[in-house]
Amino acid sequence: MSLKITSKVENQTALLSIAGEVDMCSSPEARKEIAALVKKEIPRIVIDLSGVGYMDSSGVATLIEGLQMCNKYDGKLVVAGLRDNVREVFELTKLDKIFEIYEDAEAALTE
Amino acid sequence: MDEPIIKIRNLHTSYGKRKILKGIDLDVYPYETLVILGRSGCGKSTLLRHIVGLNQPDEGEIIVKGVNIVTASEDEKNEVLKKIGMLFQSGALFNSMTVGENVALPLLEHTPQDENIIKIMTRMKLGMVGLSGFEDFMPSQLSGGMKKRAALARAISMDPDILFCDEPSAGLDPIVAVGIDQLILNLQSAMRMTTVVVTHEMASVFIIADRICLLHEGEIKFLGTKEEMKQSNDPYVVQFLERRADEEHLDPDKYLHELVGEP
Ligand SMILES: Nc1ncnc2c1ncn2[C@@H]1O[C@H](COP(=O)(O)OP(=O)(O)OP(=O)(O)O)[C@@H](O)[C@H]1O
Ligand SMILES: [Mg+2]
Repeated sequence: MSLKITSKVENQTALLSIAGEVDMCSSPEARKEIAALVKKEIPRIVIDLSGVGYMDSSGVATLIEGLQMCNKYDGKLVVAGLRDNVREVFELTKLDKIFEIYEDAEAALTE
Repeated sequence: MDEPIIKIRNLHTSYGKRKILKGIDLDVYPYETLVILGRSGCGKSTLLRHIVGLNQPDEGEIIVKGVNIVTASEDEKNEVLKKIGMLFQSGALFNSMTVGENVALPLLEHTPQDENIIKIMTRMKLGMVGLSGFEDFMPSQLSGGMKKRAALARAISMDPDILFCDEPSAGLDPIVAVGIDQLILNLQSAMRMTTVVVTHEMASVFIIADRICLLHEGEIKFLGTKEEMKQSNDPYVVQFLERRADEEHLDPDKYLHELVGEP
């Protein structure tokens, strides 16, 4: 199963929209896209997860790695648009404590 | 009611000529915790081993998530098994590997994940079983309860949707045992798993079970909720609940003859 990922960069901010099920098979696709933005040291990366209906722990780990890489150059990686079950996964793994979470992409972009 | 996630029909199994399971019919429903009870040797582990496709039955169907494990091709079977976690009765950590390597192993073997991601996932799972910071320990450096936790972390490493636990709290002191039961319950609800637990501990049963299946000599003697079990009039169920030892029903003459080998 593969993900639908779009990425656009504007004013020092990247919006990465992911749609589909982020699981053990597909999460490397998301990782590749995040890595590309991190490599360019984009100051602010917004990951829109409103199209993600399911995320397993590999997806979560992928986001954690992205956050860590972003922190290394003092960039910021935030997530937005979590659906209920994805939000639960965040809470279960206490990620709601380490990620900035926004209602939707617009809120994250206008911040 | 939901469709069963596991459907077993007319399951017969044997080791050599010895019949072990004699016509098991059992449904397991999504997100429930089913506890399998029964005396030592009645076939509990055997039943689990068949459900996860480790053993081939003589007869019957075992349908897991719509796939008949008995007749499926290796590929079909593996696809289903990837999402099934198993905590073996023996714990079965690899002693030559660190705790972290043990948990990471299924991920390395079955997923295309990068090593760095696997490291993060491993730490997450160890955190979930209360073993944060122990990834570099060797199994021999852990207590019995910690070993079980580590084995549980490995069993859930692939985010299973069905978790089998064979006697998770056997051999642990009662307080540690309750901790393991509680952990299984927490993981079950947090990860939304269907859970099948084999145990001898009646205390555990009443903490964790939604339904109970009592096996006796390869057959299901009872299947139902805790309340239904307590109200059952079946003599075997009653005896099992009262944990009356066999010795109390012992016929002295018969026992003597057994010991001296005379009829
Ligand atoms: N690999 C095997 N080869 C031959 N016989 C076996 C094998 N494994 C188990 N048995 C026999 O099958 C019967 C059922 O064993 P099983 O391990 O399923 O019991 P159990 O209910 O899990 O017992 P316990 O509570 O002691 O773990 C036992 O009589 C056992 O001796
Ligand atoms: Mg057993």
